[in-house]
Amino acid sequence: MRLTCPLCGERDRREFYYKGDAIALNRPAPDAGTDAWDDYLYLRDNPAGVTKDLWQHELGCSAWIVVERNTVTHEVLSTALASDVKKATK
Amino acid sequence: MRFSAWQVLKNGLTGNKGWTPHWRSPEPKKEYDIIIIGGGGHGLSTAYHLAAVYGNANVAVLEKGYIGGGNVGRNTTIVRANYFLDGNSQFYSHSLKLWEKMEGDLNFNAMHSQRGIINLFHSDGQRDAAARRGNMMISQGDDAILLDREGVREQVPFLDFEQTRFPIYGGLYHKRGGTARHDAVAWGYARGADQRGVDIIQNCEVTGIDIENGAVTGVQTTKGPIKAKKVGMVAAGRSGQVAAMAGMRLPIESNILQAFVTEGLKPCLDHVVTYGMGHFYISQSDKGGLVFGGDLDFYASYASRGNLSTAEHVIEAGMALMPMIGKAKMLRSWGGIMDMTPDGSPIIDKTDIDGLYVDCGWNYGGFKAVPASGDCFAHLLATGRPHDVAKKFRLDRFRTGVDILDEEGKGSQHNLH
Repeated sequence: MRLTCPLCGERDRREFYYKGDAIALNRPAPDAGTDAWDDYLYLRDNPAGVTKDLWQHELGCSAWIVVERNTVTHEVLSTALASDVKKATK
Repeated sequence: MRFSAWQVLKNGLTGNKGWTPHWRSPEPKKEYDIIIIGGGGHGLSTAYHLAAVYGNANVAVLEKGYIGGGNVGRNTTIVRANYFLDGNSQFYSHSLKLWEKMEGDLNFNAMHSQRGIINLFHSDGQRDAAARRGNMMISQGDDAILLDREGVREQVPFLDFEQTRFPIYGGLYHKRGGTARHDAVAWGYARGADQRGVDIIQNCEVTGIDIENGAVTGVQTTKGPIKAKKVGMVAAGRSGQVAAMAGMRLPIESNILQAFVTEGLKPCLDHVVTYGMGHFYISQSDKGGLVFGGDLDFYASYASRGNLSTAEHVIEAGMALMPMIGKAKMLRSWGGIMDMTPDGSPIIDKTDIDGLYVDCGWNYGGFKAVPASGDCFAHLLATGRPHDVAKKFRLDRFRTGVDILDEEGKGSQHNLH
């Protein structure tokens, strides 16, 4: 699999570290309660199909990237800087 | 039919015309006491134990594909009880004991082979950890022997003991560990459950779970609605999708684990050998193929195929440990879909919905657990109470933070296991 880093261009999967579901962009408040933190840390939709997850271009520019891809076909649909995605959702 | 030497002889002499199918192909009844969603190893073992041990054969196993077509027929077949943590240790010990009597109980040859497992270590610190683990195994009543380098060399002389990166210091030898024929385990449990009255319904996909007033009442399937008093979800790899039908989210992310097999060779590797430093383990199947694998591809996937980078990593480790495998031609590889939990340990528990139970999250270690998972899940379904050896496999342990079962000591977080 190859991922397109918004800063460096298309790179091999080996250069990237996988963090997981892009839920990390919606971190709950510290006092949001056990259920909100359970949702955030542990429970997952885990879709067979299109998903968004967080990757870091660890062996490149170190940027955090939101990757939209299909978990069944490994097709990569889009990539964007996590900071841009975060700004757009505010 | 009961298998025996006499049957083999009789059918051998009469053109093998006397063999009958191992299980029926019934149409689903309108209602069962218990429905098991998923006819993999764990689902079939659950059905068998419900009928054979807990006295309830009014059970249907619903399988969307065919028996033996999922992960139970595609894994590296290792059976062991070398767990350390309280909660895991008892469970896998129970499972190994069930393995040891399974073939007799089922009257079926699962080719269970206790050829021994050697977990290599490569530093003084790792030796201490291996000794500590071995002591835990012994105190659980299982077996473990700490081998020094010469002890390992005696058994597996062809390893590269003096490699510069991870020279071999010794190994933890678990004699009762080994392998089994995976398909035969599925077939044996299917046959045993069917003989005791369980309906095994293949090509029957569950499309919905019916819930009324917080209690489960049955399921919708591609063969029509079926009512049930209790429903057990045992669909590892697809647990998330099944649970979603009940409006639940699980602490599970599906990842790919690859495995590889070479052409058939003459017997050259007697044991299962694991090389933790290189993320590599290997055994030789009874057909002669070297079966080996490594770590996950480490990202969420349902693609049933892995990445080249992981394949390269595994094969590099194999070459570093056991250079002779370079002469073997690799025949095929595959990627299985694993239910990964945040702490790398499974879940066998009730849910917040009355009558709905879940057995999932087997990570990369489901095969060895097939007998005990079935026994414990059947116990839970039949009695409503967790089996003594599985009471720590709770669904809510991540939310509460109590009794996290992080066997590898990596942390309780998705993507670490």
